[in-house]
Amino acid sequence: MDPSITCRELIGFLADYLDGALPPAQRGEFDRHLAICPSCVNYLETYKATIRLGKSAFCEPGGAPPGDVPEELIAAILAARRKGGD
Amino acid sequence: MPAPTPSLQPVPSTPDDDVALLAGLQRGEDAAFETLVRRHSPAMLTAVRRILRNEEDAREALQDAFLSVVKAIGSFSGGARLSTWLHRVAVNAALMKLRARLRRPESSIEALLPSFQADGHEAVPNEPWARPAHELLEQEEEREFVRRMVDELPDSYRTVLVLRDLEELSTDEVAHALDATPNAIKIRLHRARQALRARLDRRYRMAAAP
Repeated sequence: MDPSITCRELIGFLADYLDGALPPAQRGEFDRHLAICPSCVNYLETYKATIRLGKSAFCEPGGAPPGDVPEELIAAILAARRKGGD
Repeated sequence: MPAPTPSLQPVPSTPDDDVALLAGLQRGEDAAFETLVRRHSPAMLTAVRRILRNEEDAREALQDAFLSVVKAIGSFSGGARLSTWLHRVAVNAALMKLRARLRRPESSIEALLPSFQADGHEAVPNEPWARPAHELLEQEEEREFVRRMVDELPDSYRTVLVLRDLEELSTDEVAHALDATPNAIKIRLHRARQALRARLDRRYRMAAAP
């Protein structure tokens, strides 16, 4: 019996692995596979980097949101409230 | 040449400012509403733009969000920060618009998912990237590249990625918002990350480095 999971299985359940959502026995199999498979280690590391890049690329440096609300949009919002209140 | 569209910078606020503002809003004061719009619309518009990636839709969603605020402000208890509540109202308004858009057919991402041999091993070995994420994020050119790669994902995948990884909504919240099962959302998120990884991999893997 081959106790190890395949690359396909590991990559298929990677999100659960990173979320800590796998049962201990299955997590152990993942760890054993990663210990002998550099390709899957590279996939895991670049998958984690992808999440980080995706999250951070949309955040402005310093955390400030871009302030770009056209005045006509503000005016339309204020007018819609007045209209709704009539 | 037309004059440039005037724009507003976000007005900084503190929780104390918002307590006074909330009282004015609940009394129905026009000035309080205008202050609310000017203070909070930049962050709200950023959130809806991120989800919708279409300026016209984003502006409509922001207007819808403030109409919802007008209707619901009387029942806002102040238990949450006003900015947090407004953010959620804006996200919900964007999701309402998005649902209709997600019913349209879209392109497949199969070519961006990993392929395997018959025995389950990877068809092409994966390589590390030449530079760590924190280094890439220091360059605006790379941040812009990542944003473009996210934007080019099909709507149903991009949306789940944005809601889970950027907006940090729970799987159940996204499932409810998009009228899907939690399991379907988990699968879609994983595939979206895989597709994005494949696009970034082409640029960042060791072998692609000059």
